Amino acid sequence: MPTVKSLDDLKKIREEALKKQQMKETSGKTEVIVGMGTVGIAAGARETLKAILDIIEEDNLDNIIVRQTGNIGLDSFEPIVQVVLPGKEKVSYGRVNSEMARKIIKQHVIGGEIVKEYQIVG
Amino acid sequence: MRELALHILDIAENSISAGASRIRIGVEENLHTDRLKIAIEDKGKGMDAETLAKVTDPFITSRTTRKVGLGIPFFKAAAESSEGHFKIQSQPGHGTTVTAEFKRSHIDRMPLGDLAGTLQTLIIGTPDVHWIFDYRINDEIFEFDDEPIKEVLDGVPLSDPGVIRYIRDTLRTGIDELRQSADVPTNH
Repeated sequence: MPTVKSLDDLKKIREEALKKQQMKETSGKTEVIVGMGTVGIAAGARETLKAILDIIEEDNLDNIIVRQTGNIGLDSFEPIVQVVLPGKEKVSYGRVNSEMARKIIKQHVIGGEIVKEYQIVG
Repeated sequence: MRELALHILDIAENSISAGASRIRIGVEENLHTDRLKIAIEDKGKGMDAETLAKVTDPFITSRTTRKVGLGIPFFKAAAESSEGHFKIQSQPGHGTTVTAEFKRSHIDRMPLGDLAGTLQTLIIGTPDVHWIFDYRINDEIFEFDDEPIKEVLDGVPLSDPGVIRYIRDTLRTGIDELRQSADVPTNH
């Protein structure tokens, strides 16, 4: 079991994060948004968001901002995940479970290639 | 929804939609009186009496209005079916407090579920909100306030891999240690 970490530990995490930022070119951040309305939550959106955070942590991925939003308005597609690469249009994915989230992060967020089979085409 | 932690997430989403700047989530278990209390308290825009009357009625909410508050009737039913009660207090311009109380040992009382997961989702997913969490079991307490964390981070995003780990471990450890000290199973 992990021990309770102090704010001093957090200061070290911050310094490391800043170092990594300096090493990278400022290419902008990718946004990953998860719909967290009632229907999304009931369909498993929290597990999807947790999976996304776990992938970022395990693979040590930088420059990704994870946000949640309220109801996206496409109930039958929940849980919905949206990806916005810097300077690109928003891409929406439907019925995203933990495994699909992993593929979306690997292929789209890191690789830049849309996962067509999960995409909601409106 | 089969976990109280998911209901907490849903109610907190209403507070976020209401533009709350600060949201406090309180969970209180008392093994002597056999009660479990949950409170979600926001500093937000609040509701007038008419809206307040509507949000607990499953047949009036939704469709024509924004889909905020859809989960409230379910949370209310969950409390009332386990010898508990449910209350929303709100004042326009000040904020809203939702409280649900349960008989802790009631057979129909939903498990608390993944509290740490709910909090992690809210804290990291809505960085503009000041989150406060306190969890009491009898006389012991675990408190979590994300403000000092944000002050230290000073602009480093909450979805940085190291920060994700820090927040998750702090929540999990705090919750687990509180339950151990009160002899409550870690998953209940």
